[in-house]
Amino acid sequence: MSAIDAFFHMGGYAAYVWPAIGLTLLVLLGFVVTSVIRLRRTRRHLAALEATRSRQKAAP
Amino acid sequence: MQRFANPGRFLRLADAVMPWAAIAATALILLGLYLGLCVAPADYQQGDTVRIMYVHVPAAWMALSGYVFIAVVSAVALVWRHPLAHLVAKAASPLGAAFTFLALVTGSLWGKPTWGTWWVWDGRLTSVLVLFFLYLGHMALYGAFDDERRGQKAAAILALVGAVNLPIIKFSVDWWTTLHQPASVFRLEGPTIDPQMLWPLLVTALGFMAYFLALVLLRAKQEVLSQRARALALLSAGG
Repeated sequence: MSAIDAFFHMGGYAAYVWPAIGLTLLVLLGFVVTSVIRLRRTRRHLAALEATRSRQKAAP
Repeated sequence: MQRFANPGRFLRLADAVMPWAAIAATALILLGLYLGLCVAPADYQQGDTVRIMYVHVPAAWMALSGYVFIAVVSAVALVWRHPLAHLVAKAASPLGAAFTFLALVTGSLWGKPTWGTWWVWDGRLTSVLVLFFLYLGHMALYGAFDDERRGQKAAAILALVGAVNLPIIKFSVDWWTTLHQPASVFRLEGPTIDPQMLWPLLVTALGFMAYFLALVLLRAKQEVLSQRARALALLSAGG
């Protein structure tokens, strides 16, 4: 067995080790993606509100 | 600390710290996993299943320290009535819940090959499950009232009351019979774990801390902006 195969084989415990590592990375990355999307959406929303507000002030 | 209570100042601080925390998190987590998966030896009894430890243990530490963080921030929010502290607690609790979830699932994946079971209702596993529900309760309570301030107060009180669970988790392995191993790193007599295994653990744990910091700042920033947007919408509606 090559070193790479042995690495992925994990001494026969691949079915436990890789899901544990994979799920951890998936959850951590997923949290980053959803948090960044939410922040961008809020920022756009706020910018739109600020634009409306300044129009309201300009033309009472 | 009062200096950072100003939302504008907080946003500037968050923007300054976030990129560094993100870089540190990425580098440390990748290094920690490399050390744990490629460099550290397999355990003489557990074989390669021991590598699950390099995500399980740091996730469990974050599950606990995330809760300590929320409890402290909630106390600050209640005592000094600071709105920003409530927002930081709100930003942190889904993260704590995620780490607790990971600790439970990776622990289960480690338990099956080493203990022969996915789950036991012993002191350690049950108290960590309770911690998970405390996080969910905190998130639910925060948004449960029409008046946001009532939700914030209720959530902060839950966070403080729930803190009694923390020593129960820590000492559960000493107080009750369990399949879970006792502490091997944070002991008065020093760690019993081999340095070759301790290093990847500490590096990944530092990476998770940096990750937590970056994400709490990012999510708290989103909360501050979202509150500003709500106030502005009210103003506009009022003319």
